[in-house]
Amino acid sequence: MIDAKAEAKGERRMVTGDYAAAWGAMVSRPQVIAAYPITPQTMIIEHLSEFLASKKLDAELMRVESEHSALAAVIAAEATGVRTYTATSSQGLSLMHEPLFVAPPMHLPIVMSIVNRTVAAPLGIWVEHNDTMPQRDTGWMQVYVEDAQEALDMVLQAYRIAEHPEVELPMMVCMDAFLVSHTIESVDLPSPEAADAFLPPYAPVHAYLDPKRPLVLGAASPPEFIQEVRWETDMRMRRASEVLEEVEHAFSKTFGRSYGGAFETYRLEDAEVGLITLGTVTSVARDVVDLLREQGEKVGLLKLRYFRPFPAERLREATEHLHAIGVYDRAVSFGVGGPTYIEVRNALYESAKVPILGFLAGLGGRDVTRDDVSLMFSKVLQAATRGRRAGGVTWIGTRGVSP
Amino acid sequence: MTTIKELPEEDWFTSGHTACPGCGGAMTVRTAMKILGENTIVYMPASCLLIFSDMYPLNAFRVPSLQVLFETSAICASGIKRALKRLGKDDVTVVAFAGDGGTADIGMQALSGAAERNEDILYICYDNEAYMNTGIQRSGTTPFGAWTTTTPLGPGSEGRGKMETKKDVPSIMIAHDVPYVATASLGFPVDLLKKLEKAKAKKGFRYVHVLSPCPVGWRAESDKTVDLAKLAVETGIFPLLEYEDGVLRISREPRFTPVRDYLKLQGRFKHLTDEQVASVEAWVKQRWERNRALAKALGPKPAAPA
Repeated sequence: MIDAKAEAKGERRMVTGDYAAAWGAMVSRPQVIAAYPITPQTMIIEHLSEFLASKKLDAELMRVESEHSALAAVIAAEATGVRTYTATSSQGLSLMHEPLFVAPPMHLPIVMSIVNRTVAAPLGIWVEHNDTMPQRDTGWMQVYVEDAQEALDMVLQAYRIAEHPEVELPMMVCMDAFLVSHTIESVDLPSPEAADAFLPPYAPVHAYLDPKRPLVLGAASPPEFIQEVRWETDMRMRRASEVLEEVEHAFSKTFGRSYGGAFETYRLEDAEVGLITLGTVTSVARDVVDLLREQGEKVGLLKLRYFRPFPAERLREATEHLHAIGVYDRAVSFGVGGPTYIEVRNALYESAKVPILGFLAGLGGRDVTRDDVSLMFSKVLQAATRGRRAGGVTWIGTRGVSP
Repeated sequence: MTTIKELPEEDWFTSGHTACPGCGGAMTVRTAMKILGENTIVYMPASCLLIFSDMYPLNAFRVPSLQVLFETSAICASGIKRALKRLGKDDVTVVAFAGDGGTADIGMQALSGAAERNEDILYICYDNEAYMNTGIQRSGTTPFGAWTTTTPLGPGSEGRGKMETKKDVPSIMIAHDVPYVATASLGFPVDLLKKLEKAKAKKGFRYVHVLSPCPVGWRAESDKTVDLAKLAVETGIFPLLEYEDGVLRISREPRFTPVRDYLKLQGRFKHLTDEQVASVEAWVKQRWERNRALAKALGPKPAAPA
C-alpha cells in the first residue's frame, strides 16, 4: 500500500552520499550550476547531469574547464541575482582558493558540496581534511557531516542559512571521501515540493547586476574602505552562529530530523572526560563511548559540525564540567597540531583549566579504528587523573612513532 | 552602418576616469560602449581599466560592471549571461574588456573554455602589448624586440628586449571556430565600429582584438596613439582580419610602409639593431604569406554550379 502523504514528501532509497548531495542540490532549485569533475566528487555532477537530462532539474549547467572557473562562474551568476551550486574536492578546492575570497565580502550566498580528500603530495584520493581546513579564513561557512542523509539535509539548510539577510555568506557542506561520498545508505529523498516548504524561491537581497539599476560590484578600493568591508564580513559570520541554530530548528519542524546545530553531544552531560570529533570518525567514537561506559568509564562525545562559524560560546558551556578534553583532527598544521585542536584550545582558554589533548589519526584516508579511538580516550582519562594542564598532540596509528 | 558622424554623442564610459593621456585602452572601451549602449553588463579583470574606471568611490561606467579576478573574464561574463538567461533578460549584452595579459596569458584557459562552449558573450581584448598596470612587464603579446621592465637592455644577447614574437591570439580564437573573431585598430575607426556592430548583433561567442597603443609603455608621445595604431596596420605588423561564420577575410590590404616608420616613434624599440629590424621585416613578410594562405583556404566559397 502506498502512503499518499509519504509519497508527496518524498521517497526512501538506497543511495550514495554523492547522490544524496546531488538530490539536495536539485530540490533546492539552483538556477545556475557550474562544476568540474574530480574524484570522489564526480558522481555529484554526473547525477545532476542525469537530473537535467531527465528534466527533473531545470537549471543552467555549466560544464566548465576548471574548478577555478566553476567557482568564478557561480560568483558571477550569483552576482547577477540567481541561486547557484557547485561541488568539488581536494585539489579542486585548492585551485578555488583564489575565488573563495571574492564571494563573502560581496554577500554572495553560494552553496558548495565538498568531498574531503587528501591534497597532494603524495597524491591520494581518500579522506583527509587538509583541503577544507586551509580555507577557514576565506569567509566561507563550513559544516562537516557524518552520513549521506546529513549531506543532503545540510545542502537545504545551507541555502537558508547562507541566504539569510543577516548572513549572506557562502557555505561549504563537507563530507568525507568514500566513507560518505561512495557509501550506499538508506536516505530520505525529499520531493521538490517538500523542499519548497522549507526553502523559499530565491529573492536576492544583496546588490546584483541589472542594466536598469547600474552599479559596480567588485570595485577596486583604497585602504580608506577595505577595513570596514573586513569588519562587516566578520559581523555576518558572528551572526551566522545564531541563524544556523534557528534554521536547524525550522528544519527539524519540517522534516522531523535534527542534528543539534553547531554540534551534537552524546552521553556528554554526565561525562568526566570528552572527545571532540569532526566527520565520519564520530560514528566509531559513539561505539567506543558505549563500550567504555559499559566498563564504567564516564566518557562522552561532542560531534563538532560547524567549523565556521566556530561555536566557541556554546562549546564553553557544553564542556565546562569536564576534567579533560581530547580533540580529534584529520588534518595537521605542521609543527602545531590539528586545526580543530588549535581552535578548541583558543575557545576554551577562558574557561577550561583542564588538559586539552590533540589527536591526529586517519590522515590520507587510513581507517580510524575502535582501538585508535579507545587509545585517545585512555590518554584523556589519564590526563584527567593527573590533573595537569598539559596538552600536547599525539599521532595515533603512525608506523614507527605512535604509542 | 555607423559612421563617425552617426556615432551617438551619449557616452556609457564617461569622462572623469583616471587613464593616462592618450590611453588607447580607454579609447577602445569608450568607442565600444557607444556601440553597445545602455542594455549592457561589463566584466573587467584586474587591469588598467579597472583601476582607472572603478576605483571606489569613482565609477566611469553608466552600466553595471563586475570585477572578480584577473584570469576570469571569459568565465565570469559567461556566468552573468547564463544567469540573465534564467531571469528572462537574455536581451542584455554581456561584454568582457580585458587587456592582453589577462587574455593571452593568465586568462587563456577560461577564454578557451568559454569559446569551446560557445558562450553567448562578447570578449574585447584591448591589446597594449604588455602588463601596463603593473608597470610595463612583457606579456605574451609583447612584440619581438620590445623593451619592457622584464626585458631590459644590456650588453648581452639577453639585453635586446623581448626575444620571442607576439602570441597570435586571434588565430587561436579562429581555431575554436566561434561565430565571430575580428581584429581592429584605433587607427581605423570605421572598420572598428563596423566590427563592433556585427559583434554586438551576433549570438554565441564573439572575440574582438583591438590594438590599443599605450604611450607610457611604448615610450611614445601621448598625441601619437592614433598614428601608431594606423602605422601598425599600414606596415603590416598588425593585420585587420575578420572571421565570420567560418569565413576569413582580410579587412584591409596594408600599404606595407617600412616598419622603421612605426618602430622609430617608440622608445621601446630605439635600441633595435639593423639585424633585429630585418627580423621584424622578415616576420611581417612571413605572417602575410600565412594570412593570405589562410584567407584563401577559409575565404568565401564560390557558388555551387546550378
